[in-house]
Amino acid sequence: MKLKSLMLLTTGAALAVTSAHAQEMADSMTLVSWGGAYQTSQQRAYSEPYAEMNEGLEIIWDESSPEAVARMRAMDEAGNVTWDVVDVVASDAIRLCDEGLAMEIDHDEMLAPGDDGSTPTEDFGDLIVSDCFIPQIVYSTTAGYRTDVEEWNGNTPSDICAIFDLENFPGQRTLERRPINNLEWALLCSGVAMEDLYDTLETEEGIEQAFAMLDTIRDETIWWNSAAEAIQALADGEAVIGSTYNGRLFSAIEEQDQPIAMLWDAQVFDLDGWVIPEGLPEDRLARAMDFIYFATDTQRLADQAAYISYGPARASSAPLVGTHADLGIEMAPHMPTDPANAERTILFNYLWWADYRDDLDARFQAWLAQ
Amino acid sequence: MSDATGPDQFTGATPDNAIRNAERSDGPMLAADGRPLKRSLARALRAQKMRALMLIAPLLVFILVTFIAPIVDMLFRSVENQIVSETLPRTVVALEEWDPSDVPDNATFAALAYDFMAAAERREHTRLGSRLNYETTGISSLFRQTGRSVDDVGEEYAEQFIALNAAWEEPETWATLMGAASWVEENSGEVEGAGTLFQLSPTARDAFPEAADAYRSFARTIQSEDDDSPMAEEPWNTVYLALYRDLSAGYATEYDGPMAELIAEAIPAVADFEGMTPREAFEAIDEEWMNLQIWGTIEAFSDPFTAGYFLTSVDLQLTPQGVEQQPEEQRIYRLLFWRTLFMSGVITISCILLAYPIAYLLSNLPTRSSNLLLILVLLPFWTSLLVRTSAWKVLLQQQGVINDILVWIGLVADDARLALINNQLGTIIAMTHILLPFMILPMFSVMKTIPPSYVRAAKSLGATNWTAFWRVYFPQSIPGIGAGCILVFILAIGYYITPELVGGRTGTFISNRIAFHISSSLNWGLAAALGSILLAVVLILYWLYDRIVGIDNVKLG
Repeated sequence: MKLKSLMLLTTGAALAVTSAHAQEMADSMTLVSWGGAYQTSQQRAYSEPYAEMNEGLEIIWDESSPEAVARMRAMDEAGNVTWDVVDVVASDAIRLCDEGLAMEIDHDEMLAPGDDGSTPTEDFGDLIVSDCFIPQIVYSTTAGYRTDVEEWNGNTPSDICAIFDLENFPGQRTLERRPINNLEWALLCSGVAMEDLYDTLETEEGIEQAFAMLDTIRDETIWWNSAAEAIQALADGEAVIGSTYNGRLFSAIEEQDQPIAMLWDAQVFDLDGWVIPEGLPEDRLARAMDFIYFATDTQRLADQAAYISYGPARASSAPLVGTHADLGIEMAPHMPTDPANAERTILFNYLWWADYRDDLDARFQAWLAQ
Repeated sequence: MSDATGPDQFTGATPDNAIRNAERSDGPMLAADGRPLKRSLARALRAQKMRALMLIAPLLVFILVTFIAPIVDMLFRSVENQIVSETLPRTVVALEEWDPSDVPDNATFAALAYDFMAAAERREHTRLGSRLNYETTGISSLFRQTGRSVDDVGEEYAEQFIALNAAWEEPETWATLMGAASWVEENSGEVEGAGTLFQLSPTARDAFPEAADAYRSFARTIQSEDDDSPMAEEPWNTVYLALYRDLSAGYATEYDGPMAELIAEAIPAVADFEGMTPREAFEAIDEEWMNLQIWGTIEAFSDPFTAGYFLTSVDLQLTPQGVEQQPEEQRIYRLLFWRTLFMSGVITISCILLAYPIAYLLSNLPTRSSNLLLILVLLPFWTSLLVRTSAWKVLLQQQGVINDILVWIGLVADDARLALINNQLGTIIAMTHILLPFMILPMFSVMKTIPPSYVRAAKSLGATNWTAFWRVYFPQSIPGIGAGCILVFILAIGYYITPELVGGRTGTFISNRIAFHISSSLNWGLAAALGSILLAVVLILYWLYDRIVGIDNVKLG
């Protein structure tokens, strides 16, 4: 199912701005993203205005981000890179950078300065987690619960540990079928302090402690592979509480009016952004860089937040976040970065997981399968 | 032929003569014209064969390119491991002498410094790091961290060389010292870009074995990576380290090539140089380099080919001490292989049980009604796999249609709804339904060909309905069952999307792990090894099937 949406955006407005390099830039560009509401938000905030400025530019969207790493490696081996700008999560960007498949970026040289005058490196701050990564949004993996569960006798979960509390909050759970996030929450709820999570997970006892906690809900959990499954389980009442991406929960709650509520406690921040494949020909690279410069400036990142509840990666964009384009509601309170939502958060530890992922994943899958 | 029949009157190429010739000689049988029969037959057939081959050539090429080549590539990937010896060539050689009970010596660490510096410049060290991290946790970050700091290794020696004589700072000094005379001539003066490929002078190679090697690696790397000329770039600190090691080891005492006076000046001076040994330098970068397990892993995976992926595929692991079991909590693949086989078997059997009556009915009804039924069988077959799988989700889940009905008629209590999905049962139900047409169709086409008169004859001879079916009809329908079994079982064993969606915790197959390693963990070698094992299992089962049932007994129509 390779859904390739081809958009010919030719009729441009008269205010087309031709930059100095326009002549050397390729007149077609392949953008890779995740499809769905997220890609739509990118189209509306980035590519449509960009196409208006660049008459005759053909923008092709490819919904292949879920398998981007494997596809980029295959393209590299075949010596035929067909993608120009690729949207990936931060951990994939690190992996692509490690493999030499993504281009190293000089953020200060290649990106627009912030509207408040800050340099890109200051504006993005810690979110530049890899030399190849151009941050775009902050999203979080967080919990949601159904608001109509009779067995809960009117109680509502107030922290993440409700997931492990079968006594007060009976019913099926839904969690992602991978160790990341689940092990952190399990440790947190078995009494480990937030700042000791990863140190504890490096020890055999720590891992056992986390798995022991997960053991208590293993058979009561629907383990999902794609975030849509989690939303579907919550919406159907198959699960009463579970984790998924905050944007998905937002759309289920606000756009589809499901009886679900957010549980922001101990949400895990993660990043999504662009990478540029290594080895692009000059004209395509110039086009990709020109698009990136435009699409990651302060205003554009803030614009995207009007279509989806993911926080812009630039600090300077935060004050510009307005209302939802269709629903008209204020978006700021729905952002994972909103102070009220971010009282207790876990920042996804990319480098730690890059080391431990293979072993813990094998162990997690073995634990699940038995 | 006896003498009594008399000599043949005819001479020359006659069939009789040919036979006589053949009987007389001990050599190969000859054709009538005296040439060996084999050769003239072959010649006659060759033209025909060529024509036939030309006709099938497009298909043959297609199969080679799209089917055989990927399989060969997969088999190759499952053992290929050149990345270690290509990225750390000197280290791998140095490790051959290593005593695994102690941290490697300075020579090995120096080799590591030269290798790592070049790898870091070419951005290959992180790739190797993630490769080795599959085997030992922590190597990925160790390599990333080392890549950031490795250009400091040898810095003190570089400073001391330069303090001794500022000429050591000049790129041209090094290029003249190390380059072959012809190369130096070609590249001196103003050179655009990288210049011609660096050539090492044989004198320098003999005089400074380590430094010459390190310099060549530096020169070629900057030429290919940065498009810079060695004439214009100061060498890496590791090259100074190498020269220091060469000179302290007593090389180059009689050196008389270019820059001989510089070397003569340096030889007595190096004895007073101070600085960290390579081993200390790496320890300063990261103490993990003193960890024997890291070195054991590098050593164990230094061969260009490895059985490591296959061992991991069966829950074993390659360690410096030999082959060992994986820790118990990480064993998963044997379980998954067994589960895949077991569930595919269960699915095949449930398909037989469901398909047989349907196929029987289809083949015995009048054509008009059987055609209608056949369409009902084919309709789901033509529906998208994803749609059918998702439909089962709606039906089987705890708040789904089937559970709702069961609760409504009171068979099941509301708080004890059946778990029909996200487990093995869910996978078996959904896959049985999805694969059912592959069982019905071959059965149907075989049953169509069984003449009804046989059963009638059996009954007229006094057989009961059951005996007539079991002794007369059933044996004739076995080829259809055989064909259906092969189809369903082989399809089931490699199934991916349905177990992924409805299998939950206990109903996933080995193919789901293969997909994970291809698209997510990027461990393609392991995925290839798992795939190869799956292929081998299918071939073995096919062979067994041929021995037991006989592949000639299989009919698809």
